[in-house]
Amino acid sequence: MTVGFIMMCHTALDRAAQVARFWAESGAPVVIHVDKRVPGLEFGGLKRALADLDTVSFSRRYKCEWGTWSLVAASQAAAEQMLERHQHVRHVYLASGSCLPLRPVQELTDYLDARPETDFIESVTTTEVGWTVGGIDIERFTLRFPFSWKKQRRLFDRYVEFQRKTGFRRRIPDGLVPHLGSQWWCLTRRTLSAILQDPDRPLYDRYFKRVWIPDESYFQTLSRLYSTSIESRSLTLTKFDFQGKPHIFYDDHLQLLRRSDCFVARKIWPRADKLYRTFLSKNAGGSAMAEPNPAKIDRLFSKSIERRTRGRPGLYMQSRFPQKDHENGKTSAPYSVFQGFSDLFENFDGWLSKYVGARVHGHLFAPDRAEFAGGETMFNGCLTDDATLRDYNPRAFLTNLIWNSRGERQCFMFSPRDNQANNWFTATDPNAQISVITGAWALPLSRVNADFSTIRREAARLQKRELEQLEILRSMYVKARVRIWTLSDFIENPMEPLQTIIDEISPRMPRRLTEAPQMVDLTGFGQFLQNLKNQGMQPLVMGDFPVEPRVPQDMTQHSRPYLVK
Amino acid sequence: MGLRDLIRLRRKRRLRQLRAFLKRRELKALSDRTAQIRPDDILVFVTARNERVRLPYFLRYYRDMGVNHFLFVDNGSDDGSTEYLARQEDCSVWHTEASYKASQFGIDWMNWLLRKYGTGHWTLTVDPDEFFVYPFCDTRPIRALTDWLDTYGLRSFPAMLLDMYPKGPIDAKPYIEGQNPFDQACWFDAGNYMISQNPDYRNLWIQGGPRVRMFFAEDPYRSPSLNKIPLVKWARGHVYASSTHMLLPRGLNQVYDTIGGEMVSGCLLHAKFLSPLTAKVAEELRREQHYAGSREYHAYAQTIAQQPDLWCKWSEKYINWRQLEILGLMSKGNWA
Repeated sequence: MTVGFIMMCHTALDRAAQVARFWAESGAPVVIHVDKRVPGLEFGGLKRALADLDTVSFSRRYKCEWGTWSLVAASQAAAEQMLERHQHVRHVYLASGSCLPLRPVQELTDYLDARPETDFIESVTTTEVGWTVGGIDIERFTLRFPFSWKKQRRLFDRYVEFQRKTGFRRRIPDGLVPHLGSQWWCLTRRTLSAILQDPDRPLYDRYFKRVWIPDESYFQTLSRLYSTSIESRSLTLTKFDFQGKPHIFYDDHLQLLRRSDCFVARKIWPRADKLYRTFLSKNAGGSAMAEPNPAKIDRLFSKSIERRTRGRPGLYMQSRFPQKDHENGKTSAPYSVFQGFSDLFENFDGWLSKYVGARVHGHLFAPDRAEFAGGETMFNGCLTDDATLRDYNPRAFLTNLIWNSRGERQCFMFSPRDNQANNWFTATDPNAQISVITGAWALPLSRVNADFSTIRREAARLQKRELEQLEILRSMYVKARVRIWTLSDFIENPMEPLQTIIDEISPRMPRRLTEAPQMVDLTGFGQFLQNLKNQGMQPLVMGDFPVEPRVPQDMTQHSRPYLVK
Repeated sequence: MGLRDLIRLRRKRRLRQLRAFLKRRELKALSDRTAQIRPDDILVFVTARNERVRLPYFLRYYRDMGVNHFLFVDNGSDDGSTEYLARQEDCSVWHTEASYKASQFGIDWMNWLLRKYGTGHWTLTVDPDEFFVYPFCDTRPIRALTDWLDTYGLRSFPAMLLDMYPKGPIDAKPYIEGQNPFDQACWFDAGNYMISQNPDYRNLWIQGGPRVRMFFAEDPYRSPSLNKIPLVKWARGHVYASSTHMLLPRGLNQVYDTIGGEMVSGCLLHAKFLSPLTAKVAEELRREQHYAGSREYHAYAQTIAQQPDLWCKWSEKYINWRQLEILGLMSKGNWA
């Protein structure tokens, strides 16, 4: 007993001829259906190329259009011819002209001989499939589809919509349970002949003629009526992408295909010379009884679909430029923004980098330059510290910085003095951890030696900016992890918030903070705020500061690091 | 985008076509082998001037890629390029002494040849110093890409210009004919590109790379655009609207995904920063034939006297397309 192949061809007939010859010479009869739209000259060429093989025959030609009944009609005709002419055929294998056998026919025959009763046909009920094109599953069987999906999409959609609205439904013939699946099957003579010789076949054919994409449902549904043992999978390795188009195999997939142990693969690029040469050579055997194992190929293709539909988070490039709120990751990795800390503590970045495994930058958005960690003038990806360049596209600067240093967390200082253009962006970015000590910007201002009216103007400007920013950080759209303290609250108990922030940055290496960062001298700050008030400005963001200092004496007076138990 | 804008864009496209039509008379066929072109051939269109030394490698690179025919416009070369090209069996050459600037930096000539010979073909429009790289270009010929684009109904393919540079002063080592320019100029900037969207033409506007940080840091707005769409399945009404940066109708510029996915894209490795650059800059400044008053060349001239080194310690050394794809400069999209 052997297996017979039906080949459905419409392009690259030279390749189809090669494959047919390979099968026929290995003792498997082949019936070829060639699309009627193929010019006679080409068809003649194919006939001549295979003229010396008497087990290769050609079935009646139909004009095949995607998703229509013609494909089923063509395979019915070819299957009838196969069953009639080749009595020793037990399994019939439906393949396409762009299929390539990956293992010798003998291995397939042995495999099928071990499973003589089994029909290999992917056949799934409509409720179970999630892959149907256009979101139409059971409706394939209950609506009418007189318009071409490919050429008359608008009419197609409107007509479907119209039928849905009017509640039109076709009756599914009694006894049929609609099933769907890959159109590449391998059925036993028993099942196939039962389908083809069924007395009710005219009824079923009439019904399926108006079903959408019947080649994915005709045999899949009817085999359920007759088969005693269905393996619901296709022996042909074929992968579809998110648009329902089959993935194509090239020469560089050789090893992958070889290791998949599948019997037949589709679709092969017609010019993949190496694949055809390798797999159609006589000694291309694998491990004789290996089970097909397409897992690796599955992974490759599902990754590529993921790349096409979701993309790499946080990447902005020539072929991925998501609109606002469709970014799927505004940035590529978590990062931390510290506002006010560098004003309140001396050498805060130096202290922070001791406690977190991260790159700690200074004020990246400072007015004069981007203060990269370690005073560098350039950073990963050739980003420069030039303020003009950075401010030309601040968002690109930030997303580039995070993208370029993938694998290493980035922290940077921020303040109302810096470029505020990214405030909405960072606030709505789930990767951002934003910690703000409001009003801390006033600390350096209180020590500036300048005309007080200038200082007051600057304070008013910075406070206005911070208030605007706080409004953003308190809006309902915030996705970032935001923490806000007023300056007065924060200096009451600085260690606890610092510990929380640091634990969040490196959760896997919890470390007790042993040393506090050194706080700047706060003497006279209360008086400074009072002076601002006296000059007519209202300090709003610092919290409550009495004119006399009330912070613990040892912290301000001796400015010495203290230990926490 | 209202009707008025559509009409305006259509008018622009028609104007481009008209310009191309009028400028056709400036082109004189030196060796016309276009009769050899078969219906599904992949064609390369180039405007060149005095590039004799670069041509052998250029031709070899694209022949190896599987390109079938080259169509050159030779803009008044006097270094023997004309004769060299005319001898090549797979090149058709047109000669012109007319102004490069007046033909919109060669685009009018290109548009004419594209319309006349490119219609129905996959066409690649590049400069002699641009080397096309696409996903799997080391294992699959360019036809694999165009066939794949055909199955998805994609008509155009983006390839960002990636400026390559040597380590050390640019003029340190002379380029030798036939040599791979990226043996020397093998460094590039991996992640300092800035993108914005041009709502009018729907294309992305990409700037950045070494040219911005070295020559345009003061005025990045004026720095050259790096977005390019060189590979197009040409149809009769298509025109390049501004160099190969954008096309009309503008649907051809929609080569990027806007809801988070990645479409497939490539890169054009740009072998501009290669010796002899100083001489070239001087020559181009004398001719004043480049975009926006040759501001790019003026910027080079200012810094180039000091023999600048574009290289820095963060420069990335070019290995292959996979590296570019990992760095996020190009993408395989759903081509696997």
